[in-house]
Amino acid sequence: MVPSADESAKPDSARLEMRGVRKRFGATEALRGVDLVVMPGEVMALVGENGAGKSTLMKILAGALRPDDGRMFLDGKPFAPGNPWRARHSGVAMIYQELALAPHLSVMENILLGVEPTHGPLVRWKAMRQRATAALSTVGLDQIVPEIQVRQLSVAQQQLVEIARAVALDCRVLVLDEPTSSLTAKDIERLFALIRRLKSRGISVVYISHFLEEAQQIADRFTVLRDGETVGTGKTVGTSLDRIIALMVGREVNELYPRSSRTPGDVVLEIKELSGFAKPRAASLRLRRGEVLGISGLIGAGRTELMRTIFGLDRVQRGEIRVGVFQGAQTPSQRWTERVGMVSEDRRMEGLAYGLSIAENVTLPRLQGLGPWRFVLPSRQRAACEPWIAQIPIKCLNASQRLGDLSGGNQQKVAIARLLHADVDVLLLDEPTRGIDVGSKAQIYRLIDELAARGKAVLMVSSYIPELLGVCDRIAVMCRGRLGEARERDDWNEQKLMTAAIGQEET
Amino acid sequence: MSDPIETPLVPNATEEHRRRPKLVLGNVFGRFIALLAVFIFFAVLVEGGKFYTLRNLENILRQSCVYATAGLGMTMVIVAGGIDLSAGSLIALSVVTVAWVLNLNVAGADGSVQSVVALHPVLAPILAVLAGVVITTVAGLANGGIIVGLRLVPFIVTLGTMGMFRGLAKGIARERDIYPPQDTWINRIMDPTLSTHGHSGILLPTGVWILIVGVVIAALLLRYTRLGRHIFAVGSNEETARLCGVSVGRTKLFVYTASGFFCGVAGLMQFSYIGGIGQPTTAVMYELFVIAAVIIGGASFTGGEGSILGTIIGALTITMLYTGGQQMGWPKWVQEMVIGIIIIVAVALDRLRHRRA
Repeated sequence: MVPSADESAKPDSARLEMRGVRKRFGATEALRGVDLVVMPGEVMALVGENGAGKSTLMKILAGALRPDDGRMFLDGKPFAPGNPWRARHSGVAMIYQELALAPHLSVMENILLGVEPTHGPLVRWKAMRQRATAALSTVGLDQIVPEIQVRQLSVAQQQLVEIARAVALDCRVLVLDEPTSSLTAKDIERLFALIRRLKSRGISVVYISHFLEEAQQIADRFTVLRDGETVGTGKTVGTSLDRIIALMVGREVNELYPRSSRTPGDVVLEIKELSGFAKPRAASLRLRRGEVLGISGLIGAGRTELMRTIFGLDRVQRGEIRVGVFQGAQTPSQRWTERVGMVSEDRRMEGLAYGLSIAENVTLPRLQGLGPWRFVLPSRQRAACEPWIAQIPIKCLNASQRLGDLSGGNQQKVAIARLLHADVDVLLLDEPTRGIDVGSKAQIYRLIDELAARGKAVLMVSSYIPELLGVCDRIAVMCRGRLGEARERDDWNEQKLMTAAIGQEET
Repeated sequence: MSDPIETPLVPNATEEHRRRPKLVLGNVFGRFIALLAVFIFFAVLVEGGKFYTLRNLENILRQSCVYATAGLGMTMVIVAGGIDLSAGSLIALSVVTVAWVLNLNVAGADGSVQSVVALHPVLAPILAVLAGVVITTVAGLANGGIIVGLRLVPFIVTLGTMGMFRGLAKGIARERDIYPPQDTWINRIMDPTLSTHGHSGILLPTGVWILIVGVVIAALLLRYTRLGRHIFAVGSNEETARLCGVSVGRTKLFVYTASGFFCGVAGLMQFSYIGGIGQPTTAVMYELFVIAAVIIGGASFTGGEGSILGTIIGALTITMLYTGGQQMGWPKWVQEMVIGIIIIVAVALDRLRHRRA
């Protein structure tokens, strides 16, 4: 299973070297001996399932945590940052998924925050502008005026500003955590071009991503973490994706998309010419029991708006919605009673309450019957939740554990368990596998299959085409607010879906 | 929902740049226009042109001094993402402390008991001023210390110290008003200069000059110093500021201490304004007016936004509404309701503007 030790890395000339790094939180060992070697001017992909220890490793690199054991070297010198500031100053910069900028400050103030050129207590604005401009031109943002407020920039631009900040501090190792998760295809290309430029200047990049295809495209080598250990490393060229996935999950993934026999039943959800105030525009579809209907399309095509409009979160401008025997637009609370449930694409902001327990999250839409009269007993909430934890399964201590303490994949499973607890007939799943690990994805696919086989209807939005082709019975493509006709899965392939998504009618 | 597909990576940035300074100026300018509108409203409606006499305008300026001065510190606190509910109590603490020092008695050379003021007519007021400002500055430092040291929410901490400092003021005054035995120059810092002939040389009351100096210092500090920019950074995104090596704790400590200091200075003005009495029950609810002035002045409650100039305009707007309302003969309850409405309207307008931007 484990490939032979990587010959291409000569540790004596390594930019960054981590050897036998261990970290323990209470009883759990988050890292059980991680080795990571990155050469100067090399892009290293760091992959692994959620919970494999990537974030702990990153925090140690960033100086936010200290390892219990192991050695770290930066350009041959011992590297043991006591805090994030030290790490940045030693040349290790971290770009997190959630951007760390001060939105109200100007671009140049953000780039030089904490290292402002000063004259006594006063800021030297001219020098600041010069240095910021230089850093901006390195990352290809020459057109941006350094005085502009950061919040006026797009997400892609903000990310580049963060990279500019790292460049301004002369970073030698740039760590990118899921850098493409909120970027469009075009922006991703630009980011990759920038990474190659930085590489040619000798900057090493650690690239962390769930999008293995992307990682493979940009990285020279990869390191796979599983259960807190380095389980493999090698050159990306000549290593198949299947091989990397197998290393990540510790088993071959042959049956990623299970499919039981499903028999489509009555129509439970029907929309006709449904329009919201911006999107969707005149969308029609019919969803049957025992069926998984997928909606493909580009980000911003209006897929999320379609889901929200059906569920009553966005207002209907015109058109019809019928759920079973119920007719018309409704509020979300009504939808729940009509046995429609939704999983939001935005877990953190919209989908789940991070500060509450798993049981609270699962039982929230249906608290009736969890106590005498109108009372709700916490013990009953936990009891109602426990079967789902065991069945799905959700990896957690117990039902009263705080949701925020779970890994992304398990959080998502809680979001779906909520629909199961509410016993809905129609499941609206918006990007149900976004940002979660392969193992959890497989569990969610299996769950969707089981639900469909039991006669539930699933409407699922996804940006990941292989997943749609694997899970759905029929697929419709949305483009600029318009929903195309739903066709059998066998009529589609990746290329046809992409062509439809960018709005080119094919014959 | 924005559509990332259609957003180009690099928009016409130079154009956006040209927009920005206008936007910032526009913020303050818009508020100034609102202030002007309030002024014109009362100037037209208050009969006999009484509203726009120089004396009345000076009066408004004098009255807004206390809010505005305390508002300087409050602006820093709110920009840093915090809140200081103890401002009113701090003002009272300063008032009482000044009176208490002026009221001290010492044994004279011949063994008789004499008042400090009588004995040291120059030194005693200076000592009183120092005592008043130092005690509130230390109190502000305590606010910051508790918030930073114990990692507590500023709202709760200053809600607690609001009671503590008010109690302390009452304790110092033994729950009575303190009447210092004789007047000193402190009593006169808020005296009108246009109605009395003795002060004509300084054009405006001393208190107003003190405020102007404070405005200049606070504005420069916030806009041009490293510390000032760090205050904005902490309010805008605390985690980022920490990541970039900004000492978040020290920055917070500073803003609460500054708030204490400026409340102390505002207390001196209040002392003079209420006629040189150490009244422990003075300035009740002032924190709300001060916060309102800062918010009307364009600060964001979530931090990262706000300006000294805006706060001054906010303080003037509130005072003008009160004075104008009084002169229109509005009952007190109407005045209070109007101020409340204005605060909500100001914040709502801000919200709208942000959403459009």
